Amino acid sequence: MADVAARPARPLPHLAEPDTAPFWRATREGRLTYQVCRRCGAVVFYPRAHCTGCGGPELEWRTSAGEGTIYTFTVIRQHGHPFFAGRVPYALALVDLDEGFRMLTEIVGADPEQVRVGQRVELAWEDAGEVRIPVFRPRAGD
Amino acid sequence: MGRERRAAIAGVHEFGPRRAETMSALQIKALSAARALEDAGLTWADVDALYDAGETGPAAGLALAEYLGVRPTVVDTTAVGGSSFELHAAHAVRAIATGKARVALLTYGSTAHSERRAIGTGPRGNRGPASNMEAPYGLTLVGNYALVARRHMHQYGTTAAQLAEIAVTTRAHAMRNPDAVRGLHDLGHREVREITVEDVLASRLIADPLHLFDCCIISDGGGAVVIVAPEVTRDLRHRPVWILGAGEAVGYLEPGADLTVSAAARSGPIAFGEAGVRPEEIDVAMIYDSFTITVLTILEDLGFCAKGEGGAYVEGGRLRFDRPGAPALNTDGGGLSSNHPGMRGIFLLIEATRQLRGTSTAQVPGARLAVAHGNGGQLATHHVAGTIVLGRD
Ligand SMILES: [Zn+2]
Repeated sequence: MADVAARPARPLPHLAEPDTAPFWRATREGRLTYQVCRRCGAVVFYPRAHCTGCGGPELEWRTSAGEGTIYTFTVIRQHGHPFFAGRVPYALALVDLDEGFRMLTEIVGADPEQVRVGQRVELAWEDAGEVRIPVFRPRAGD
Repeated sequence: MGRERRAAIAGVHEFGPRRAETMSALQIKALSAARALEDAGLTWADVDALYDAGETGPAAGLALAEYLGVRPTVVDTTAVGGSSFELHAAHAVRAIATGKARVALLTYGSTAHSERRAIGTGPRGNRGPASNMEAPYGLTLVGNYALVARRHMHQYGTTAAQLAEIAVTTRAHAMRNPDAVRGLHDLGHREVREITVEDVLASRLIADPLHLFDCCIISDGGGAVVIVAPEVTRDLRHRPVWILGAGEAVGYLEPGADLTVSAAARSGPIAFGEAGVRPEEIDVAMIYDSFTITVLTILEDLGFCAKGEGGAYVEGGRLRFDRPGAPALNTDGGGLSSNHPGMRGIFLLIEATRQLRGTSTAQVPGARLAVAHGNGGQLATHHVAGTIVLGRD
């Protein structure tokens, strides 16, 4: 597997980062998680130990159904990191999940030239060793 | 003008070379400090407040005071990227107004070009929780701003040609600025000339919809600004450039938020309100031009035109220095065509000062009021806005 090991790897999240570690651990089970405040109902994303709406500590982890809409996107065509340099052109987007949070992600399974604002997308996964990376693809049938 | 005069820019210096292979960033800061103090007619010993954005390394403020050999009794190390210097100016006014300082020194130095730092397309810094969520996707700095540009186009019908107008105007201004022209040559630009909308659209896409010419250049550089109390202005070598108003605000990614509105929509009204000035009175708009979309968004947010109308507003060279009826934009050539060593905010204050002294290379006749607006960080995901309104007697 020497040739595989020599390929530049995707930068991975640090599992020691306390706010976001539970999110990344849940990806191993194929779950895209977000938080909701038990006190004020605010949707919190990225994950934190406090509510961004009221400062309270009681956050509930929930699992997203993984469906959303592209709010905006770009096609990356030049990159200084060897992994991404080998991946260009690729589409990155801010996706509005139906549960009310917005996340940066990659759009896969589509020609980057065909990606558009307002497009409906669904969760897919890319294996990356210790974790899985949530990516999105155009929803089947759309 | 019945506005309160609390502090003024008394001295400025822009480090001329865009390539400084044999110098350190600290050396650029020290040299610029000496020239700016000389420009003001003040000395090293007069400095009692020191501002440092930490671009030369850890222990900001501490390391710089020792290196320069000054003994400030006010130290401010606000570090929010490119807009740090607008925040420094805002804080210097407050320190002076409360009697804590008389002579404030702001400096900047960077050898980004010589170090070959790929600012726009390199990997981004790590690793708090926000960046721990973004790292696996490889969002470049250019891509970050491109997300805003794409949404602006979707929401308002803004076109790539309209964004290009901003790059065309700043290049026209750069061609009048000998330092900028020399810099473009020194940085290896093949054709140093005015450009057209077609040239911008024909340049390669870096991150859709932003082309190469929608992006700032990467240079070395630096500068310094000296801000003083009103009683100090009596002995100055130049007429004072008063800081009439200042505003600060933070923007970040929020669910449901409108990405086409930046923190300038909050910092602007604070600064204009304090100054008692309306945007339509402004003669010179020094707007942080990391990318063309940065300028378009901020022009709208500051109230030069309505949200969504920025595309039409910048068309037809309206913001060139020699067109009356609208402010002149980035008359030194801006980050797009003059210099961008990574954090450009200090140059906005320097060129606004030149305009209000009447010494710009693209001088607006009789310029009386200017705005300098810095944008630090990354426009789509987390940024800090600093607005400074300036005027002369
Ligand atoms: Zn709450």
